[in-house]
Amino acid sequence: MTAAPTPLEERLRELAGSVPDPELPVVTLAELGVVRGLRLLGPGRVEVELTPTYTGCPAVEAMASDIERVLRADGIPEVTVRTVLSPPWTTDAISAEGRRKLAESGIAPPRPTGGAATDGPVPVDLALRCPHCGSTTTSLLSRFSSTACKALRRCDSCREPFDHFKEL
Amino acid sequence: MTADHGPGASAATGPANGPANGTASRANDPGIGARSGVARPTGEPRLTGAPATAALALGDDALVLSHRLAEWAGHAPVLEEEVALANIALDLLGQARLLLSLAGDEDELAYLREERAFRNVQLVEQPNGDFAVTIARQLYFSVHQELLYTRLAAGGGPFAAVAAKAVKEVAYHRDHAEQWTLRLGDGTEESHRRMSAAVNGLWRFTGELFQPLEGLGLDPAAPAAMEAEWLERIASVLGRATLSVPDGPRHGAWAAGAGRQGLHTEPFGRMLAEMQHLHRSHPGASW
Repeated sequence: MTAAPTPLEERLRELAGSVPDPELPVVTLAELGVVRGLRLLGPGRVEVELTPTYTGCPAVEAMASDIERVLRADGIPEVTVRTVLSPPWTTDAISAEGRRKLAESGIAPPRPTGGAATDGPVPVDLALRCPHCGSTTTSLLSRFSSTACKALRRCDSCREPFDHFKEL
Repeated sequence: MTADHGPGASAATGPANGPANGTASRANDPGIGARSGVARPTGEPRLTGAPATAALALGDDALVLSHRLAEWAGHAPVLEEEVALANIALDLLGQARLLLSLAGDEDELAYLREERAFRNVQLVEQPNGDFAVTIARQLYFSVHQELLYTRLAAGGGPFAAVAAKAVKEVAYHRDHAEQWTLRLGDGTEESHRRMSAAVNGLWRFTGELFQPLEGLGLDPAAPAAMEAEWLERIASVLGRATLSVPDGPRHGAWAAGAGRQGLHTEPFGRMLAEMQHLHRSHPGASW
């Protein structure tokens, strides 16, 4: 539906994608997979498409203003950030590099959802690796943790609690 | 009555039913709303007629339940549950904002309507009670919401994008409610007694969930099919939790569908007064 991005659009999209996530600053918005597109509407006018991780994610507003800030600093005076819902974001959109960084910072990355996550029960009991000691023997403490996108678990080997970026 | 943006305005532009035949999803993609700084796309058409009424109904369900769950903040039995209930409330609030924005200005709709203009089902406005009552309410509602949103997501109508996003969150809400139902029902004598009282006490509000709602763009046979599936799933969870399926009527003295017509139970007015107080006392206040 749109022409291939121009080199300028590609560069600006990279710039927008380099913004760190406001709640998980170890990963960038590009690694999180929430920047859906960037279009140059005219000279100095850019529209960015952003998709929320969770419907009520309060970080969306901070993401939008951070994107506006870096693009303005790069000389684009008019930046519009549009929120898009379709197709819905999934944890499968997190890049390999993003997963590596999550694990490195003590957050167990999401497992592959295997497509339609709405069928059947929520897959919470498959083996997960403790980000501290690597053990796969862990228990679920709570389905919801410090943010809507995480669950709280504890390692049965090293006894450390840790966050798990749960599959969506 | 202040602004009744809702169903009263029977602007019959376009067919009442009939989803906008699965066209570009982007056209149906609402922004998060003006207040957030994420500008709503200009020229984005708002829903009118029956679909707008349906957006209000679903949006009010999500908003009111979100507020009830948020009332647990500072009172939940353990820290993990405090966090879980707040996260579920946040998901529902996000859904409410999207749905109400399809029908009008989200803040005006949430904060400036009178009780009789709200279209939520009576189940979601029921007071939190003890933890078992909250869990029973969550179980009844989230199983219903998952069934409904799965259908809406597949239907390609005006609610497809919101529903496809929300249904994945709702799967976690339902799982949370199921696990607690099992734990409390099949727990101690006291937890069993309380969980049993809770599922029985809310039973008469569950019939309303399956009243047909015009404007959703669903097959006319969908409500009956959803109700049958809902009963089956609830019976399965209650059975595993060593609880009996309540045998009382599934609606109260008022006809089922009362909440959808703006008739609410007494506790709702008090909840609304608290929810709207700040906005009404300080019009235009922002963070």
